[in-house]
Formats: sequence, structure tokens, C-alpha cells
Amino acid sequence: MSTWTAVLLASALAFLLKLLGYIVPGTWLGGDRTTRITSALPIALLAALVGVQTLTSSGGQVAVDSRAAAVGVAVIALLLRAPFIVVVVAAAAVAAGLRLLGLP
Amino acid sequence: MSGTLAQERRRQVVRQSLSVAVATGAYGVSFGALSVAAGLSLLQTQALSLLLFSGGSQFAFVGVMAAGPAGAGAAIATSTLLGVRNGLYGLQVARMLGARGPRRALAAQLTIDESTAVGVGQPDTASGRLGFWVTGAGVYALWNLMTLVGAVVGDAIGDPRRYGLDAAAAAAFCALLWPRLKSVDAFAIAALACLVAVLLAPHAPAGVPVLVAAACALPAGVWRRARHDPRPPHHWPDEAEGEVP
Repeated sequence: MSTWTAVLLASALAFLLKLLGYIVPGTWLGGDRTTRITSALPIALLAALVGVQTLTSSGGQVAVDSRAAAVGVAVIALLLRAPFIVVVVAAAAVAAGLRLLGLP
Repeated sequence: MSGTLAQERRRQVVRQSLSVAVATGAYGVSFGALSVAAGLSLLQTQALSLLLFSGGSQFAFVGVMAAGPAGAGAAIATSTLLGVRNGLYGLQVARMLGARGPRRALAAQLTIDESTAVGVGQPDTASGRLGFWVTGAGVYALWNLMTLVGAVVGDAIGDPRRYGLDAAAAAAFCALLWPRLKSVDAFAIAALACLVAVLLAPHAPAGVPVLVAAACALPAGVWRRARHDPRPPHHWPDEAEGEVP
């Protein structure tokens, strides 16, 4: 699949999901159990992405490097209620700095 | 819409909406930079912000695509699963907005975390509508503008690792996750999903571990209601049920 196909397909599906909320009757998606699962879904996905992006190499092997230290700093920034952009820039700066010192 | 709201009230809602739009739009710059670092072109990056328009899904899409085009299927699936919540938001705002035809399609495209939060956070329908539309349109305009800035800068600086952009992606997911970790259950789901994905990573194609970890959300559907949003001290009304103290 080309990258363009993937971009357009993901966009179409995202729009369909958004539109679905406006079209289907509330009782279809608004059930208590469904709501609990749908609100837990982003938590599971984002946590999995944090794990994979922080601790695995491009080949999938577990690797602890500058990224782990950077994410540690990001967590400290979040605890201090720093805005999103500050968290991201701080993490990038830590990783860039450690690599400048020769760490992986 | 005008006439139904006092001038002062309108100004308040618009001010709140625009401050949310500026704060959210600003991190479009990190999306733009990360997307080109992941190997997408400037046009593809901009297309994601214009068409997909949902921060979490966009970050996830480029995060999985960074491993190469072989991960395209997993990238689409991850982005789509993250977009499920927007359908739920639509359900919440549809009645308040009362939009029909093309306006409804436009409202759907602008239905994201921020526009929904500002809209449903207002005390009355008229302010809610105004808040939703101003926040949605404001985030859309700024998010796209800042995506372009980020993509142009990202394109110019070359090797993304040298500038720690791979770590920035991990930090971005961390920051998106943070506000959702409001209960012990949320923490448990997050920890489990993280562990599953990392343990599976060496044995599965790129993107698949994240999708498998999504299943960690399922226990949330069967757990006892009372355990779902615990407040300290952790005493639940039905704690004694089936348990010996």
C-alpha cells in the first residue's frame, strides 16, 4: 500500500467515525459498557505507543537509550503541569543533548 | 446565533475558545516536524492535518509509519481505533448543535477533544454552539498552519535523531495520555498495555503490538462500576460484596 493510499484511507475512516456520532441513534453507541470501553481505548493505545516509541529499536528489540531519559524528563514536566509543547521540546532537547555527548 | 446571547457572554466564550485554539494549534508544529521525520512528504503531512484532523490519530499514524510503508495497515488501524472516541463526542454534541446537511458534515470534521470539551462545558445551548464552532474552527486553522511550519522546519534540519525528534514523539504520546490517567483503573490499563506492546515488539511486525495492546481496554467494560472512578480514601460502597474483611 502506498503512503498516499494509507493517508487517504485513514482520513476517510476518521471522518466516517466522526459522522457516525451525528447519524446513529444515541442508544447504539451510548450504552454504559460501550462508553467505558471507548474511553479506555485511547488509554491503552497511547500507553502502548509510549512503550514502543520509548523502549524499542526500529527492529522491535527492547533498547534503553537517550529516549528513556527524555521521556523521564517529559513525565517530570507533566507533573509540573507544563504545556504540551514544552514537554515535547524538553524531551527532544534532552535526547539531542545526550547524543551530543556520545550516548546512543 | 447572535441576539440570543448577551454581548459580554459571547465575548467570554470566544475568548475561552480562542485560548484553547492557540494552545492546541501550537503543538501542530511538533506534529509537522515528527511527520516529515517519520518519512512522510510535506504534502502528505499537510493532508493528514486537513483531512484526518485528530491529533492523537495523526501522531499515532506517523509513529507507526516511521517503521516503513509495510506498517501502513497497522498505522490505519491504530489511527482509526484512536478515532473511535470522536464518534462518541459527536453523539454528545449532535443534539446541542442541531446541524443539518453540509453544516452537519462540517461539524463532524471539527469534532475533536477540544471543540467537544469547550462546547459541552458551557452552561447553555447558545454558548455551547458558539464554543464548539469557534474552538473547532480556531484549532483547525492554527493546527494546519503550525503543521506547515513544523513540516518545513523538519524538512530543513535533516537527521531527526540528532535533534531528539524520536524522543519527542514518545513524549508527545506521553502528554496525550497524561490527562486521561485520572483513576487507578486508567493507570492499570495503561501499564498493562505498555507492557504487552513492549514484550510483543520483538516478535511481531511493526504496529501490530500496539493493536494487540488495545485489547487491554476491554476489561474496562466488565469491571465493577464502583471501581471505575475511585476517589481517595478508596472505600467503595460494594467493597464487602463477596470479600471477607
